[in-house]
Amino acid sequence: MKRDANLWMLCVLIIVLFGFGGVVSGGTYLSLFNLQSMAMQVPEIGLLAIGVMLAMCAGNGGIDLSGIANANLSGVASGIFTLSLIDASQDPLLFTIIFVIGCMVIGLLGGILNGIVISRFGITPILGTLGTQMIFTGVAVVLSDGRSVTVGITDSLYSIGNGLIFGIPSSFILFVVIGFVLGVVLKYTPYGMRLMLTGANPKAAAYSGFPSGKIIVTTYALSGLLAGIAGVIIAARNINVKWDYGTSYLLIAILIAIMAGVRPEGGYGRVSTVILSAVVLQLLSSLLNFIGLSNFVRDLAWGALLLCFLAVGRFNLINQILASIASMRSPRATE
Amino acid sequence: MTDKTISEKADYSPDLERKWIFFLFKGRPETISLILLVMICGAVAFINPSFFNMSSLVDIARASVVIGLFALGVFTVLAAGGIDISFPAIGALAMYGVSSFVINVFPGMPMILIILFSVLIGATLGAVNGVLVHGLRVPALIVTIGTQYLFRGILLVFIGTVWLMEMPSQMIDFGKFSLFEIEANSGVTVSLPVYFLVFPIAAITTWFVFNRTLMGRAIFAVGGNSNVAERLGYDLRKVRIFAFGYAGALAGLAGVIQASANRMANPFDFAGIEIGVIAAVVLGGARITGGTGTVFGTVLGVLLVTVVNNVLVLVGIPSTWQRVVVGAFILLAAAFFVLRDRKSAL
Repeated sequence: MKRDANLWMLCVLIIVLFGFGGVVSGGTYLSLFNLQSMAMQVPEIGLLAIGVMLAMCAGNGGIDLSGIANANLSGVASGIFTLSLIDASQDPLLFTIIFVIGCMVIGLLGGILNGIVISRFGITPILGTLGTQMIFTGVAVVLSDGRSVTVGITDSLYSIGNGLIFGIPSSFILFVVIGFVLGVVLKYTPYGMRLMLTGANPKAAAYSGFPSGKIIVTTYALSGLLAGIAGVIIAARNINVKWDYGTSYLLIAILIAIMAGVRPEGGYGRVSTVILSAVVLQLLSSLLNFIGLSNFVRDLAWGALLLCFLAVGRFNLINQILASIASMRSPRATE
Repeated sequence: MTDKTISEKADYSPDLERKWIFFLFKGRPETISLILLVMICGAVAFINPSFFNMSSLVDIARASVVIGLFALGVFTVLAAGGIDISFPAIGALAMYGVSSFVINVFPGMPMILIILFSVLIGATLGAVNGVLVHGLRVPALIVTIGTQYLFRGILLVFIGTVWLMEMPSQMIDFGKFSLFEIEANSGVTVSLPVYFLVFPIAAITTWFVFNRTLMGRAIFAVGGNSNVAERLGYDLRKVRIFAFGYAGALAGLAGVIQASANRMANPFDFAGIEIGVIAAVVLGGARITGGTGTVFGTVLGVLLVTVVNNVLVLVGIPSTWQRVVVGAFILLAAAFFVLRDRKSAL
């Protein structure tokens, strides 16, 4: 109960937001079309948030600031490569497959670069991923000359970003499946256990003989792979890929991770809560749109929300409230 | 996390004398920045002699003021063991807020008051950062990402979103007032504006704070190891609020200068400048984990980044490469400093 406080709170928030949105919009907020379009917007940012979560879990100041830059680079580089190789109108399926594989490989390589920079050269994650962020963005600018690259014209690629399976957007299903697999990996494999233990106590992990370099490279490589997949979804949804797409995604990814109760100092984080947290943020974002507030208000709200959740985590407010509710119900049952 | 005893012992290890290059740079990390700067300037001047024209030097001097003020603030926060990426938002908020205040409320406001007002706004917002970083006990990076959006949001939601093109005359005069004018050989007069002096003055002030006041000592102590500093009786709260407040004040100052120099106030200004500024500070030898660095190194780092930003075109590298070059510099400098620490700890 105690560790899942964020999970419960997010579930409650989802219900509240649905209810509030439904009332405010007179039902259109809950229409199938709106639900689908909201679900389509979650995956790209959700995948980046999982990447941030993984990096934070590794502890020792771990953070991945290069996520969106890596995703953009993957889309741009793989797009240019695939466009020069294959005529999309003639062989759309092959085009899509090569584009997707290209994105994932480039994202993975970017992540491995992050891991090596951090574990081998011992550069602080903030600084290392700041440097690689600059390099990823820079390479994307150089490759594309600062212009946008049009890739998402083929049907098969379009269907990744906008298709529906049983009425559910395929990208959302992909996101949940990836999240599920990662959740299992983190919970039941030696890698996952070592990652969390390293984050919780790096010194003890070092004395226990954990291969810390390997763990860090794997973690950032995973984060990079997720960024690559996010790059695919961005390309599929927007038809164009550009180096400066999603400038506020860095903040939002961190916000999602913090809302999910991931500890920035490392050692704790759950994929399922991150997914829920991404959903909550999307609901809130769409709701602000429905009310008719400008994007500037949204940015303001995100900043304020991040600080609020930091305060919630710092003072353990959720558990305190839960405990006080419990003690109101039966005065002797306070744990 | 500077372990003084280990590094002092390392001075006498014979192993280190073979690694003379690290010996040379140990304790004086800014030497490498200086060498790099001289090398780059030399190379650029060799490829394109017009680099040493008065006009391009003045251009670099002018461009270094705003980034330099930001960098001195970031250096202060880094030295205290934090990091600040909300300073562009603080600068923009102070710049736009003060400009629209002068235009709409108090058109006759003397320039000195305008500057003080902007600095005050910056210092207040910076102090908010300090309070939050201290109170929430989370990495300063995450807190200042939040406040960055908060401050920018406050500016765009409550103050205004349109560019202010009709700047007050006293600000325009301040931006135009020149220190000296030189007739360049092409017939164009090049002038170094008087606001350039703000950068050296701020640098000397920062140097004074770090080397001649107790607060400077306290900042290094807290940045080096906050637990030990706390046990020694330093007030962490005060030190953090001062460091972030000082950085905010410098950001406010940079805002006024930007508005005066450009003769307009753009609420979206400074967005994305933070990476270049942090790069400058790190290239100047300050460690991102805190407790080290010098003002002189920071100034060198600022010059390095400004030169790189300005000369790429002169040597024929397309400006699209600018990010790659600065990013590579960040990683190389960081790797070099880590390597040096490792060697000296052996």
